[in-house]
Amino acid sequence: MADLRCSLAGIRSPNPFWLASAPPTDKEYNVRRAFAAGWGGVVWKTLGLDPPIVNVSGRYGAVSHQGRRLAGFTNIELISDRPLATNVAEIKRIKRDFPDRAMVVSLMVPCDEPSWRAILPIVEATGCDGIELNFGCPHGMSERNMGAAIGQVPEYVEMVTRWCKAATRMPVMVKLTPNVTDILAPARAAAAGGADAVSLINTIQSIAGVDLDAMTPLPAVDGQGTHGGYCGPAVRPIALRMLGDIARDPALRGLPLSGMGGIGTWRDAAEFIALGAAGVQVCTAAMHHGHRIVADMIDGLSNWMDAKGHATLESFRGLAVANYVPWGSLNVNFRTVAHIDPDLCISCGKCYVACEDTSHQSIAKLPGRLYRIIEDECVGCNLCAHLCPVERCITMVPQPATAARATWAEHSNNPHRTLPGTVR
Amino acid sequence: MADTLAATEPRLRAGRLDAGALAANFSDAHPPLSAGQALVEAARCYYCHDAPCIEACPTAIDIPAFIARIADGNLRGSAETILSANIFGAACARVCPTEILCERACVRTAQEHAPVRIGALQRHATDALMRTGVHPFARAPETGRHVAVVGGGPAGIACAHRLAMLGHGVTVYEARPRAGGLNEHGVAAYKLPGDFAQDELDFILRIGGITILHDRRLGRDIGLDALRRTHDAVFLGLGHNAVRSLALSPEPLAGVQDAVAFIEDLRQAADKSTVAVGDRVVVVGGGNTAIDAAMQASRLGARAVTIAYRGAPELMSATRFEQDWARTSGIRIRAWSNPRALHGAAGQVTAIEFDGGGPGQGHGPDIEPADMVLIAVGQRFDGGLFGAGPSAVPAMAAGRILVDAGQATSLPGVYAGGDCTAGADLTVQAVQDGKVAALSIDAMLRAASA
Repeated sequence: MADLRCSLAGIRSPNPFWLASAPPTDKEYNVRRAFAAGWGGVVWKTLGLDPPIVNVSGRYGAVSHQGRRLAGFTNIELISDRPLATNVAEIKRIKRDFPDRAMVVSLMVPCDEPSWRAILPIVEATGCDGIELNFGCPHGMSERNMGAAIGQVPEYVEMVTRWCKAATRMPVMVKLTPNVTDILAPARAAAAGGADAVSLINTIQSIAGVDLDAMTPLPAVDGQGTHGGYCGPAVRPIALRMLGDIARDPALRGLPLSGMGGIGTWRDAAEFIALGAAGVQVCTAAMHHGHRIVADMIDGLSNWMDAKGHATLESFRGLAVANYVPWGSLNVNFRTVAHIDPDLCISCGKCYVACEDTSHQSIAKLPGRLYRIIEDECVGCNLCAHLCPVERCITMVPQPATAARATWAEHSNNPHRTLPGTVR
Repeated sequence: MADTLAATEPRLRAGRLDAGALAANFSDAHPPLSAGQALVEAARCYYCHDAPCIEACPTAIDIPAFIARIADGNLRGSAETILSANIFGAACARVCPTEILCERACVRTAQEHAPVRIGALQRHATDALMRTGVHPFARAPETGRHVAVVGGGPAGIACAHRLAMLGHGVTVYEARPRAGGLNEHGVAAYKLPGDFAQDELDFILRIGGITILHDRRLGRDIGLDALRRTHDAVFLGLGHNAVRSLALSPEPLAGVQDAVAFIEDLRQAADKSTVAVGDRVVVVGGGNTAIDAAMQASRLGARAVTIAYRGAPELMSATRFEQDWARTSGIRIRAWSNPRALHGAAGQVTAIEFDGGGPGQGHGPDIEPADMVLIAVGQRFDGGLFGAGPSAVPAMAAGRILVDAGQATSLPGVYAGGDCTAGADLTVQAVQDGKVAALSIDAMLRAASA
């Protein structure tokens, strides 16, 4: 059985599955249930200074997709709306009762040093394992110059991180917002400020939909809507890209990463770890299905690691990073061609119409609804293989190399190509 | 063989079950999808290119389109897609043997033996529109042309509706007091429960331009010559007007009935407790009518119901779905059971005797006690109904009216479709015939006035 123990910036947990800062980690009752279910750690829902903020009624707007009522959602909930002392007392009890679990506390206070210096000792006194600076909240708090309002300005990220590092002995993790054009800027700023780790991604600014009867953006609060943060499986590819960008950045080599964004299964988690994450955080899937999903995630990850011969998380962590390269490093002479297995084909014609209408006209339709690849026309785009509803019916077959490996930099169509023998 | 049943009570008896049981037995056999179920099922459709299900539908409904419109919440558009190809889309959603048509062709059948439930989705969309009471189609400007439609069943009404849509006036001559054809008189009550057939007919007639005259039987009340003289075209949607019979006893026996008549009586009975049924019922035949008769006899309270088919079980024309449904409803199906004779006592049937010798049936005489025997060995078209009156009648082939691809008969201006012509004896085929005939008639009339 694989060893799933996880260590991130010195914070240890029995497995890499933490609940992210959000409603599931807002109070003792929920967190006790989470730890009883097997979660390796939690990031307590963001604390602020008293008096507590207020939340509105109508906090989530769902996106439904093809019969699945909740495919993802936008939330407009703010940070914890309970008194600081209540949260702190509960965190202390939980940490005492579950000493082996990771207890990280998310924080967000106004952007001045006294405010941060005020809250840090209070939190440190709980015995928690670390703090996460919420520089990601994309709604509400950002209007008050907190959350993403900090995360979107690298100088602020560095400044506040430095204040916190100077004021506490606890590991400081900085949570990044994806609502930026270049994730490296805030990540490097956090590192420059002394962050022990970064976590990403927070939710993506969004409107879940529009109620066409009431003409209100969703979620609606008394006839009006505001933008919120989107979460769920659809954000995972966006999170993976940002994670990969940081993982491969030479300037950030060695910075511990806590990955999150649309993780709902062990496989999702394994992908984040393969792309450099030391551990992962989960929220939406737990809010959809309850805490018990962690048992399935632990079981699945463990079985996969056993099958692959990975004894520990470290044995596969980051293995995909070296293969994440700029487009310009890809081999433009590599070629694959689609192949349709006629024995598996169910004659739905989806490959044909997609290629015919929208791509390269490289699938022939034969009498009897038989479909065949026109290999000379196929550019190897993968579209048909992906949209075919039958697994393994359409496969992409690598072709024997007809030319040596070459990148765009060397290609004859490139007016700025590197000529052989050129010394640069 | 001696009669094993004690004759202490009438062999045929109405009211074997109380009103509550009868109401349950003749209510909707296959309940509709909920809105949520419909969305999940609609999401299973792959939205195929050149979808095989469309080809398998005699009326060529654009099935992927109507399902996509359910999925994206456009039920009105979904229903219009269905009804524009098949105005009886709501009835067909209930009575079509989808497992041998669209759902057999569904690519998910090839993939995983679990087709998209096209029939159930079609019902979902058409029911939603019918509930609104809105007829979705408008008539083209009046052409001043007038067409006679003989027979108010699915073929005739589908023809009438399309003609009305195209701007022609239509008079439907219906032999019975109620129009609707097999939907009204022949389909099992639990498939089209309540007054569904009349409700659907009302919905279709809302297009306008169609007059139905009841109790007008061709050859008795109206003649083909006169219809041809007084109308610009004639469509014959005469249906099956006769049943095949078996001569199994020298004199008539009480308890022996044609299955079609049994079903029709049942359908027309406002109170099912007035319909008499035996205690031991044997239905002779192997088609869906045999299943319908057996199932309804059982649901009226018959305690032992057997379907006896003369040949190999795989040759029964009833669909596998219907056969399985009958079996799981307690109906016994015995194959290789060719009836030889009926036994009776005091003018009442007591048993049916079969030829022995089928595989697994042993040898020698084989007698099944029965106090009701329903004959369901097929329906046919009787061309004699034209009577001696007309100066010309349409040419026949293999006992049915001969038509071309546009449903035109050998007589100029006379078209035909449905069960009185060749082709599958299905409601959906009748609807297609009527629709095609209407388009042919329209083309003919427009060419004549051009």
